[in-house]
Amino acid sequence: MTAPSTASAASAAGLTGADLVRAGEDYLECVGRADEFAAVDLVVDLLRAGADPERLLLELVAPAQRRIGELWAANEWSVAREHGATAVSERAVAAIATYVRPRPTRGRVTVACTDGEYHALPTRLLAEVLRLRGWRVDFLGANVPGPHLITHLHQSGPDVVALGCALATRLPRAHATITACQSAGVPVMAGGGGFGRDGRYARLLGADAWAPTADAAADRLEREGVPALPAVPGALAHLGDEEYTHLRRRRAELLEGAMAALARTYPPVAAYDPQQLEATAEDLGHLIDFLGAALYVDDAPVFTDFVGWTGSVLGARGVTAEALRVGLGVLHDELRDFPRARRMLVQGIEVARITRADQEN
Amino acid sequence: MTGPSSIGGLAGLTGLGQADGVPGPSAGRRPSGDHGAEPDLSYGRAPDERLLRAIVQECGEGIVVCDALGVVVMRNAAAAELAPQIVPGRVPASGPAAALLDGQGAEGESREHEHGGRRLLVRRESFGVAHRAWYLRDVSAESARTDALLAERGRTAFLLEAGHRLSASLNLRRCARTAVELAVPFLADTAMVVLPPAGRRQADWLRLSGDDRRLQEGAIALNAAGQVPGLTEALAGFPPVPSRWLDPGQVPGWVLPQGFGPAGHLIVTPLPGNGVPAGALVLARRAGGPAFDEDAETLVRLFAARAGAAISAASLYQEQSATNAILSDDLLPPSLPHLRGVELAGSLRAARQAGLIGGDFYDVYLPGSPAATSGSEGSAGSTGSGASAGSGGSPAEAMVVLGDVCGKGPRAAVLAGQVRHCLRSLLLVEERPERLVPLLNRSLLGSPTPNPYVTLVLATVRAVGDGHLRVGLAVAGHLPPLILRRDGSVHECPARGSMLGALPRTVLTPAEIDLAPGELCLLYSDGITEAFGGPTGRQMYGEQRLKNALAGCAGMPAAAVVERLEQISTDWLGGEVQDDRALLVVRARPRR
Repeated sequence: MTAPSTASAASAAGLTGADLVRAGEDYLECVGRADEFAAVDLVVDLLRAGADPERLLLELVAPAQRRIGELWAANEWSVAREHGATAVSERAVAAIATYVRPRPTRGRVTVACTDGEYHALPTRLLAEVLRLRGWRVDFLGANVPGPHLITHLHQSGPDVVALGCALATRLPRAHATITACQSAGVPVMAGGGGFGRDGRYARLLGADAWAPTADAAADRLEREGVPALPAVPGALAHLGDEEYTHLRRRRAELLEGAMAALARTYPPVAAYDPQQLEATAEDLGHLIDFLGAALYVDDAPVFTDFVGWTGSVLGARGVTAEALRVGLGVLHDELRDFPRARRMLVQGIEVARITRADQEN
Repeated sequence: MTGPSSIGGLAGLTGLGQADGVPGPSAGRRPSGDHGAEPDLSYGRAPDERLLRAIVQECGEGIVVCDALGVVVMRNAAAAELAPQIVPGRVPASGPAAALLDGQGAEGESREHEHGGRRLLVRRESFGVAHRAWYLRDVSAESARTDALLAERGRTAFLLEAGHRLSASLNLRRCARTAVELAVPFLADTAMVVLPPAGRRQADWLRLSGDDRRLQEGAIALNAAGQVPGLTEALAGFPPVPSRWLDPGQVPGWVLPQGFGPAGHLIVTPLPGNGVPAGALVLARRAGGPAFDEDAETLVRLFAARAGAAISAASLYQEQSATNAILSDDLLPPSLPHLRGVELAGSLRAARQAGLIGGDFYDVYLPGSPAATSGSEGSAGSTGSGASAGSGGSPAEAMVVLGDVCGKGPRAAVLAGQVRHCLRSLLLVEERPERLVPLLNRSLLGSPTPNPYVTLVLATVRAVGDGHLRVGLAVAGHLPPLILRRDGSVHECPARGSMLGALPRTVLTPAEIDLAPGELCLLYSDGITEAFGGPTGRQMYGEQRLKNALAGCAGMPAAAVVERLEQISTDWLGGEVQDDRALLVVRARPRR
């Protein structure tokens, strides 16, 4: 994330990388106890001392946010603490935005999260970086419904839409949004972890551009400009087998069947209370959704990476990956007429088996 | 193809075609014409040389035969007409004749030559080591037809793409931009759209040239439009003047991009809109480039018609949405004020997603001030939060309302707006909730709106020292607020009361609660608890799940609580939008 050019710019302002790392520890401490005032004071003091606002966003707030996610995954922070910390980070970003308000000198960009997407902070950071670089930015926030975004595009006529998608499960919606924006005559730049580490799903879904980070996105817009006319949306041939469609349609039925089968094959489930059962159904539901996303983009790692991640999150909470393996096996048996999904499930089961073996060692 | 197979069989029997020892076209290739293989059925023997000569002489295709030294030994009538420079007995060493018979290219392959104002298709064949023959075919008419067809196809494809691109956006600037992007370079070297002046003294323009494809924008005073030949007329919607009558030399410098050079050809055409002119299109080609011929002018007119329709639809839409925005501004949730010792955060999600407005509403009134601050934050769900107040902010003495009117969409939003407005007015004369609610009820019963049913929660918020808040709650037919204590326990507020706008008499049992620092009170609408979804897609979310979710929020700032509950609700719905959803949290600010 640390680009050499920004590093030299900041040292000119008297702030070294080590200073930022130290400040980052203090910052994490502030957001960790949801102390909004302390977090805001910390960033404002750094700004007063001449720190580059873009560096604060990308090298202080962004790494802290990644750390927060890791702390939650490792079960060191509760959900409540994670959410509180994120809310405070939002405040800190708002404080930076209020402190530095450059005049817009470039075009207009609409920044939005995909429909159903609540991980707004990375997208918010992009909006602020673009604002700092002189773009006129409309930030629509988290969970932007497609119709609302399109209405906004017709009304404000931006040069480009920057669409954030943090979770692969939102990719089908992101695809619909990309197509809708392009059909409304506006090109789309995609970003966020959901589009894959190398942006492969952004390309697959027809986005006009992709960038891995906020500063890379700003660089790209500066260097190459925005495409004048958006790409003409194409179709995804692999969806012709309708496995994705049927999986979505039969999700509820499939989940019910899987829960019943799990109760038969995995004895500990018999002792679960209703809340535990609901949590289990939720976990299975997530597996189905990621499987759906993997089918949608026809790429197994979307699913198998999630299986690995779930295994480690469950492991941190004392749940053996054996439950995961059994759950995947149940889904495999239920999805009899889904050859593509079954191949992915076989790979997922293998990942769960390795995770369990790791846990036992 | 050879004739019927029986004849082919006869040809084999008679051994014709190569009978006189003249080698046929190189082996392995099909002869270009099949006549050589045709048997002479009347006599059963090959034609003599005289007959063959006569046949060659009459052939419509030009035929030239040279010997090993390149001397023309024969040419037929067609060849003489197509290339009179080729004379028997000479070697065509230079000039156009030599170019035709240059011997380049693969044998048997046809190549096109421009020759004497004609387009000739030339093919060379070798016959043994001694002779080479050239076959010349005049394809001028054919290629003219093909060129015209390709040009027509190009124009059709261009208009198709133009129609597709131009119909995409309802944004005025985007439409104009698309028009100039399309026009360059297909129609001209530079294109400018001058937008309709719309009652102002100046007109905005967008321009693009083929060199760097950078969009440029600006505005001209209307009286300066007269400097461009035909522009004033085009802006007024008069029919376009043919390009040849416009003097490109008169074009003022501001029309052309810097460094463009002098314009050689100019078209200024109106963009015909829906009944009114939608601006004008100015196209220029450089001096030395092709002029705008009749086909080009027709194409420009068709293109202008499409661009004009798109631009005028966009103007109409912009006008309507601007009006709409003004009318609905009051119906959006307010941004929440900063109150000392209080964190406030709210979220509204309308079932009608494009409009953002619906039958759920919340508002905050500060007694003594005219009203809550209006306006909304830019977020899609209109998530407002006033939790960031530092030491500033008004003293905590406020009234908060969250309610739900019968119905969805704009009609419900208008009634919700009336309720908010009515409360604001009533608060000028009455601040006690138990008196305010019956007054509001009477006002609703007198409203001309059919079925003005409203449920709501009124909460008065007062700081009572030591970081505590005293919250007075009046519940009129609404879901009772939930209270989250410091220990994570969740309680339902005991206040109850009847729905408003239905019966003349209201029943109200108010309640008062105390919030210690960090504790909160959640007001919400039934769109949250009556959401159907969950793992099976058929379960109702219900109050118990909401209580469990709220219990997990102990210690979170108000904004985070609202966002988390909204997220859980959205996930539960699984993308199905069923009803308006409202959440509002009043939290006693925790001690630092």
